[in-house]
Amino acid sequence: MKHHAIVCRCEDITEQDVIDAIHQGYTDLEELRRKLRIGMGPCQGRVCISLVKKILEKETGKKVSVESYPTSRPPVIPISLGALAKKTRGENETKS
Amino acid sequence: MKRKADVVIIGGGVNGVATAYALAKAGLDVVVLEKNYLSSGATGKCGAGIRQQWSTAENTELAIRSVQMFEHLSSDLGMDIEFRQGGYLIINHSEKELRQSEENVEMQKRLGLNVRLLDISEILSIVPVLDLKGIKAVGATFCPTDGHANPFLTTFAYANAARKHGATISTHTTVTGIKTKDQHVTSVKTSKGTIHTSWVVDAAGVYSKDIAKMVGIKTPNKPYRKEVLATERLQSMFEAMVISFTDGIYFSQQQEGQIVGGIPIPHEQIGLYKTPTFSFLRHMSQTLTRYVPLLRHVNMLRHWTGFYDVTPDARPILGEDRTVKGFIHCHGFSGHGFMLSPMVSKLLTEYIAYEKTSPILDRLNLDRFEGSNLTQEHSVVG
Repeated sequence: MKHHAIVCRCEDITEQDVIDAIHQGYTDLEELRRKLRIGMGPCQGRVCISLVKKILEKETGKKVSVESYPTSRPPVIPISLGALAKKTRGENETKS
Repeated sequence: MKRKADVVIIGGGVNGVATAYALAKAGLDVVVLEKNYLSSGATGKCGAGIRQQWSTAENTELAIRSVQMFEHLSSDLGMDIEFRQGGYLIINHSEKELRQSEENVEMQKRLGLNVRLLDISEILSIVPVLDLKGIKAVGATFCPTDGHANPFLTTFAYANAARKHGATISTHTTVTGIKTKDQHVTSVKTSKGTIHTSWVVDAAGVYSKDIAKMVGIKTPNKPYRKEVLATERLQSMFEAMVISFTDGIYFSQQQEGQIVGGIPIPHEQIGLYKTPTFSFLRHMSQTLTRYVPLLRHVNMLRHWTGFYDVTPDARPILGEDRTVKGFIHCHGFSGHGFMLSPMVSKLLTEYIAYEKTSPILDRLNLDRFEGSNLTQEHSVVG
């Protein structure tokens, strides 16, 4: 049976894609992330990582520890480069 | 866990697994030890660029020959590594930089590189979104065969191919000691047991210094925290990597559409500091939007920290140690390990498997730091 449910909405990754990668030998959440780009989109893993963890546990029969969760990267929500580049009050134009 | 191997490689980054692949293909019994997961160090954090435009002949030659290998690496390894040749555009901002560029281009051409100086009017035909006035460009150099590849997939492709040739790759395995006898490597102690071997390759990135210390070798490498940011995906706007030695910035648009780039962190200190900084974000977004003003409206999704393993001359340390026999240095890449990995792994394999040395290995040996005449690599960004 093919598992067509979308696991990662940002990168369009299905449950089957995750299962296939696990069977190819990517049995670490970090390696799965680097192989499939799960958690690298705008949601930063909030939607997909716990689902991928469950699939990984089911396929390997091994418990996945919370410590092996991929690193959370700042910022928490997407932010425009323009907003980040803006000078704050009192900041000298030449300082940057 | 295996108890015996011809070669033990410490470090599951791209240089470790590439060397494992080449050695296993040559028929040697290889074990790779990685304390975390594959590509967990500098390889997985890098900016993904592949550049041949350097100021020193050794780096240029290593890079030219690496690109020749990158060109057919996907088919050699049986997995797409997303190698793309969109070129590197190096912006010059002053007469002094132009003169240095002329010198570099002359040396690079002598080594056979397809590279040329661009005048100001040609720059926009390569990267149309640049604000030439805002960045005070006076010229540029361009090499169309430079490019980038996916560092994760490259590492996985090398690792998978190495396993097919019989190599053992052991992740989540920490090296705790290396034994020698009569100044020759005899075994490696790990968290999962001891492996007897007469060759050790130190490809442990910023931790290579600690590995070398286990056999009493002092290396001059220092870790520098570097940061990279990635934006949301956009329609393709340009294919070249844009870099500037004056501003220290580099950025490119990846195959999936996101802009990825970095710049030196203001007031940076040497050391293993892992937290990403806001000062990088400010400096990078201000500089990047000065280069490409329309990016003001684009969201950045994430930024992360990685390390450059930097040597005093910004060139790698390669080859067998002069005092501890069987100990191979493969570190100190100073931010350029990914792009040089195909050729580095080839040279080290020729040395270990076929006892063949090369002028590059000789010139990049650790013993060069004993002399006073270091040749500095100047073309460094990030």
